[in-house]
Amino acid sequence: MALLEVDRVGKRFGGLAALDEVSLKVEQGEIYGLIGPNGAGKTTLFNCMTGLYGVSGGAVRLDGRAVHNRAPHEVVRQGFARTFQNIRLFPNMSALENVMVGRHVRSRAGVLGAVLRGARTRAEEAAIRQRAQELLHFVGLERKGRALAGHLAYGEQRRLEIARALATEPKLLALDEPVAGMNPSERRQMAEFFLKLRDSGVTLLLIEHDVKLVMGVCDRVAVLDYGRKIAEGTPDAVQRDPAVIAAYLGSET
Amino acid sequence: MPIVNYLRARPRLALVLVAVLLAALPFLVGAGLGKSWVRVLDFALLYVMLALGLNIVVGYAGLLDLGYVAFYALGAYLYAWLASPHFGLHLPFWAVLPLGALLAGVFGVLLGAPTLRLRGDYLAIVTLGFGEIIRIFMNNLNAPVNITNGPQGMNLIDPIALGGFALSKTHQIFGFSVSNAHLYYYLFLAFVLLVMFVALRLQDSRIGRAWAAIREDELAASAMGIDTRNVKLLAFAMGATFGGLAGGLFAAFQGFISPESFGLMESIMILCMIVLGGMGHIPGVILGAVLLTVLPEALRYVGDLQRAVLGHVAVDPADLRMLLFGCALILMMLYRPEGLWPSRQRKRELHAEDEVAAHESASLYDARG
Repeated sequence: MALLEVDRVGKRFGGLAALDEVSLKVEQGEIYGLIGPNGAGKTTLFNCMTGLYGVSGGAVRLDGRAVHNRAPHEVVRQGFARTFQNIRLFPNMSALENVMVGRHVRSRAGVLGAVLRGARTRAEEAAIRQRAQELLHFVGLERKGRALAGHLAYGEQRRLEIARALATEPKLLALDEPVAGMNPSERRQMAEFFLKLRDSGVTLLLIEHDVKLVMGVCDRVAVLDYGRKIAEGTPDAVQRDPAVIAAYLGSET
Repeated sequence: MPIVNYLRARPRLALVLVAVLLAALPFLVGAGLGKSWVRVLDFALLYVMLALGLNIVVGYAGLLDLGYVAFYALGAYLYAWLASPHFGLHLPFWAVLPLGALLAGVFGVLLGAPTLRLRGDYLAIVTLGFGEIIRIFMNNLNAPVNITNGPQGMNLIDPIALGGFALSKTHQIFGFSVSNAHLYYYLFLAFVLLVMFVALRLQDSRIGRAWAAIREDELAASAMGIDTRNVKLLAFAMGATFGGLAGGLFAAFQGFISPESFGLMESIMILCMIVLGGMGHIPGVILGAVLLTVLPEALRYVGDLQRAVLGHVAVDPADLRMLLFGCALILMMLYRPEGLWPSRQRKRELHAEDEVAAHESASLYDARG
């Protein structure tokens, strides 16, 4: 069974069909790329999968369990985390606190626990802090833990957002244009980082404009155009697909 | 300051000094400024409680609540209903105070539920309306069945008493004559410490982080697995609970309540305390509450001063009060938007440019050197 199964998902905004029966399957342990021209519906599909939008039709299943039309926090609990195209950190919290927030869904201290601060709450809090520090280390921000997230450099913010998402212990991590605005050497670093992430056991779903990067790291790629999937397969095959070439370069007819 | 540094190195000594000072304060104030000032102290403590409660909603979770006084009113009225001749009930305070806090907490959720989708200005307007609704209800629920005694308010509310020891009387303790204002001071101080403790613990916990995340970016918070609905309702409930508690104490202390005490100006005043002191920072909020309770009282002397100098009162001190408040708030927003005593973090976020500039000039200096 595929880890993520998107089954004929449709999304309409009034009369406009932003997604038209899009289906895809992401297998455990792969890096799956989602590309397409501007306005093709990539981010809309992300939002439908992660609970920010309801779907107008179809289903999204993670590990066989439906996650469409669920509140975002329930989707996260199922093991599906994401980052945003325009970074959405908690700018006035420290980098460490940002990651600690990500542990919310995997911890349970309530008001009473917080006020009484018994042994269990203290242990949980220590575990949250330690895990957050490990994740900062993992993304190379171990020395920035106390800096405010909003004061970090752009590339650092991107990586912090990934660390925060990883803190929720996702089976599947969806990254929305993670290298946008980065220079070529930063992009190379990020590509290596994605491979390292995959090797650590997280399945990746990547929206990206940088075709070179997608072709370099992705195991499989799907191409969206006008809300429909026009191609799917290995990077090589997709690159040669006439429909894809037409979508990107325009066709002669 | 050398003294501050000296004490910072000896936290235990500092704690003892603060405790002694707080314990002696009503006697010092009573001897130095007169008995009426001990009552001002009592009110300052009540407002500290209210400000700490509202700080959870506004400072931690970032939900602008302009109807906070409604919870204060609910706590006060519940106390009056259950411990006054109005219904002939005289339950003890230890039963009524928690009930009042609970009732206010429930209303906090009731108010929170329909406003979950609102933010900023819209939330402020709805909560403002809620505050007014409660006040108008209290004002009009004297017919056909007299529940609140309308604008006349409710009278002869039982004071807080444990066994035969009523806080409303003057007692002789170890040869000291201790008035009711003094006794309430210690009671309120105990509750303030309790509220402070709870607020501090919450701030520094999983729940506190979730509130902060919602304040920063609600969408991102929900995408990080925070159930924004429950966490926001929890903020409303916690804040309201403290408001209800303060309300009950207020009713017992005054012995009389009327809808007049729970107007919109009260809500705004409590909000001002938070903003002035330093939103989200407990010491700052306490400072703000004390300042805004004590300063208006001090302004009363301006009337006496005018009489002494001019022979008559040219400007009513009550008018002056509003003028000075307005000016103070404008000046604060211009020069110290983070409040008088902000948390280190908030100071950093509002003065990031200074930090960067200092950093740059430092590196320039290195380059020159």
